[in-house]
Amino acid sequence: MIIDILSSIFLLVGAALGIVGGIGIHRFPDFYTRLHAIGITDTLSALMILLGLALQAGWSIAAFKLALIFVFLFFTSPTASHALAYAAQHSGLKPKLDQK
Amino acid sequence: MRPNLILHVIAKFVIPLIILFALYVQFHGDFGPGGGFQAGVIFSAAFILYSLVFGLETAEKIIPHHWLRILASLGVVIYAGVGIESLILGGNYLDYTLLGSNQIAGQHLGILLVELGVGITVAAAMLILFFAFAGRGRE
Repeated sequence: MIIDILSSIFLLVGAALGIVGGIGIHRFPDFYTRLHAIGITDTLSALMILLGLALQAGWSIAAFKLALIFVFLFFTSPTASHALAYAAQHSGLKPKLDQK
Repeated sequence: MRPNLILHVIAKFVIPLIILFALYVQFHGDFGPGGGFQAGVIFSAAFILYSLVFGLETAEKIIPHHWLRILASLGVVIYAGVGIESLILGGNYLDYTLLGSNQIAGQHLGILLVELGVGITVAAAMLILFFAFAGRGRE
């Protein structure tokens, strides 16, 4: 019962973070702000969703696989954000600044 | 291009895991989701990641182009060879049942060999496609 409630809280928080990131990628004005929106939320969103699923799975091989997926995402997703930002900066994309 | 330390470290950490996962998908294909095609694509993704991070020339040194052609045809030969083998043993083309001592062993061995052929061909063909497109502006 408690595990069910906890896991649904985790799943909801993860889904909410994903939706926030999606809204950010849709609404923000230029490349760097969009990257900021999704690059921060997606790792935590994946952690929350995988944690919720792992609580449902219990101590089993499925939970271990979920942990492996999380380790993989934990390393690759910030690296992908870094590579995107680095490539954009390298090719000379300027952030959109407020004109005053 | 200036070498990027973060990408190099993470790529060196991730590429063996990708290849390991490709082998898992390849040989676990008869118990769970997976199979030759998916494993081949994942396997080639490891090499594509390597060539994106470390450069096209280094990647082509690891897998030369004539090797890729040989591998792409080798997979087809394995696939067709299993079929011919079952013809020789007196069954239909790709009739796996005759390959082992009983039906289950034969089916098991046959599907494993065929998927191995598919995996090798798909991995090599994906890499050929990638190198063909990525090296387009060089010549």
